[in-house]
Amino acid sequence: MFRRTLMAGAVALAGLVGPAAAQQPAEIQFWHGLSQPLGGLLEQVVTEFNASQSQVRVVPSFRGSYPETMVAAIAAFRAGQAPHIVQMFEVGTGTMMNAGRAVIPVHELLSRTGVAINWDDFLPGVRGYYAAANGNQMSMPFNSSTAITYYNKDAFRAAGLNPDEFPTTWEGVERALRALKASGHACPMSTAWPTWVMVEQFSAIHDMPLATLANGFGGLNTELRLNNPLMLRHMTNLVNWQKEGLFRYGGRNNAGEASFPSGECAIMMTSSGFRARVQREARFNWGVAMLPYYEGTQNAPANAIIGGASFWVMNGGPSVTRSEAEQRGVANFFAYLARPDVAGKWHMDTGYLPITRSGFEHARSQGFYAKPENTGAEVPIEQMLRGATTENTRGIRLGGFVQIRDIMQEEMEKAFQGQQTPEQALAAMNTRGNAVLRNFERANRGG
Amino acid sequence: MRKKVIFKGIALPWLLLLPQLLITGVFFFWPAGQAIYGSFLREDAFGLSRQFVGFENFAEVLADPNYLASGWTTVVFSFSVAFTALSAALFLAVQADKAIRGANGYKTLLIWPYAVAPAIAAVLWLFMFHPQIGLFGRMLNGLGIGWDYRLNGDQAMLLVILAAAWKQVSYNFIFFMAGLQSIPKAVLEAAAIDGARPMRRFWTIIFPLLAPTSFFLLVVNIVYAFFDTFGIIHALTNGGPGQATTTLIYKVYVDGVQNLNFGSSAAQSVILMVIVILLTAVQFRFVERKVHY
Repeated sequence: MFRRTLMAGAVALAGLVGPAAAQQPAEIQFWHGLSQPLGGLLEQVVTEFNASQSQVRVVPSFRGSYPETMVAAIAAFRAGQAPHIVQMFEVGTGTMMNAGRAVIPVHELLSRTGVAINWDDFLPGVRGYYAAANGNQMSMPFNSSTAITYYNKDAFRAAGLNPDEFPTTWEGVERALRALKASGHACPMSTAWPTWVMVEQFSAIHDMPLATLANGFGGLNTELRLNNPLMLRHMTNLVNWQKEGLFRYGGRNNAGEASFPSGECAIMMTSSGFRARVQREARFNWGVAMLPYYEGTQNAPANAIIGGASFWVMNGGPSVTRSEAEQRGVANFFAYLARPDVAGKWHMDTGYLPITRSGFEHARSQGFYAKPENTGAEVPIEQMLRGATTENTRGIRLGGFVQIRDIMQEEMEKAFQGQQTPEQALAAMNTRGNAVLRNFERANRGG
Repeated sequence: MRKKVIFKGIALPWLLLLPQLLITGVFFFWPAGQAIYGSFLREDAFGLSRQFVGFENFAEVLADPNYLASGWTTVVFSFSVAFTALSAALFLAVQADKAIRGANGYKTLLIWPYAVAPAIAAVLWLFMFHPQIGLFGRMLNGLGIGWDYRLNGDQAMLLVILAAAWKQVSYNFIFFMAGLQSIPKAVLEAAAIDGARPMRRFWTIIFPLLAPTSFFLLVVNIVYAFFDTFGIIHALTNGGPGQATTTLIYKVYVDGVQNLNFGSSAAQSVILMVIVILLTAVQFRFVERKVHY
């Protein structure tokens, strides 16, 4: 401790004495979890920011998948070597919110440095996901996606279905699945991110709570509410459809995605960020649509929620804080990301949602949505904006959510294998998930 | 009668022992001590608050039905891997020991898989048995066998056992080859002259004389299945579907590295350490007695 203070003092002195040293731009370490081609596009944004000013230099580095990046950043913090900025997927939000002095909340960073970002310009569904219960912005939203449906228009035509209209309800989807199967399609439907699409998005779209206390936004003593009648109905349907050959479970995370562009599965529900790959690989006519809902559900369809990631500002370690120059550099970088041209370009290049209204306008003014190859690119945005945001559709904020997702996935797999009924699966998700929540509550109460 | 070597003074023997002691201390005792210490604590992910909780982590782990299930999974997995790898290697070694054309070529090919990294081995098997892109996976589905190891726990288990055993066959093969070569030819020839057929010669002469090698390999294989198969499971099944292929070591990783639940993870590794110490002690005490060196 003493040595560190001494060193900090020496550095400060050197800064005062040597004007040459003062001109050296401070380095901002930035860890991200985007593989190619998205990672390259992100690093391009950073390069352009570095070229636009000379006070700081942001150094991006790829740290593996989202969960790997999260684990790496936390381990680095414990060792006193955390990056200034870390890209954290939405599932890690609950953990970061409760990280105490490990993070510098963005609203605090902005007020300390006097840099302004107009939060009203951000889509409410995006901003709200990363804001504290009192509305304070905790992290910087960046790449957000939502889940949508991709479907094979040629397969629809062959099955005698209308290729230009995807059913809006699950009842309609079931009829389409039967028609696709009857026309000889081996895999009428599959999904990627099974829990995100079939549990989390499903709950939001039907305006149903996934957990108490506004899906965990209201506090750490939240409890899962997965065994509700509608969730049960959906789980039962999926299990039965799997048995009948109408639906195919494609594995965890995005493992199932590959079966859509290959033409094997006719309907795929997955991230809106999947669009670029379909555009590149699919050798058939395809379309996109919003996620379906069950007929007659009150308040359905409500808005979908987001996935993707945001940027968190971290302290270096339990006793390593950030200098003023570093904080100012990070704040300026964030303000740069919120610029309409930067946010709009990111959206157009990648297929992620435009996170600001002005970014959306920028893309529109460039004629992006009018281009024939971009038909349907606005579907995810419309899905985010339909209905009025309620506490069930703002997002999900659970501690230990990474683990809870794994639990949901495991219990779903056991139900698909026929080892347990859908009722038992949902009950087990609840019990095991709540154990994780209690554990997290206990470990973080003091922190 | 043991020969005793006496050093003059104490400095030289300690100096000679030092490298080994250092390695054992730094790479074994220190981390083991850390694990024991960590198993009594409960901390948040960032290490900002910690609390001494006594044996609570152990009590929680041992009361968790998923932990007990993964213990059973480990037993099934380890014994299947050891049995499969040992019997396949023994069969191949006996065949390669015969005077056949190109025996050296076969030997080299059989030893190769040992040089393959676990994750790569797993990917090779994935490319063979993936239900959509794998050659055999598609063939099985084409034959009307519903093959999908991503959903069928038994199939997933079978696949990781095969992949893990395949990798260990080479190692066992080398030791069995050496063992076979040290069996005196005169004994086998005498038995042949007395009219013993090859099968009988194998079971009454070769197999008992190989017992020391087999015993050593049994210990090594079980330890391998317990600790070294992480890469294969991680790359092939991620411990799924459900928790069908989550072995104890994989669970330590999931709870510690993925779920950042350090206390529970540390408690699990301490339990694992105790299991392996017991297992080895039992093997040496009871199994070794029946082995003739």
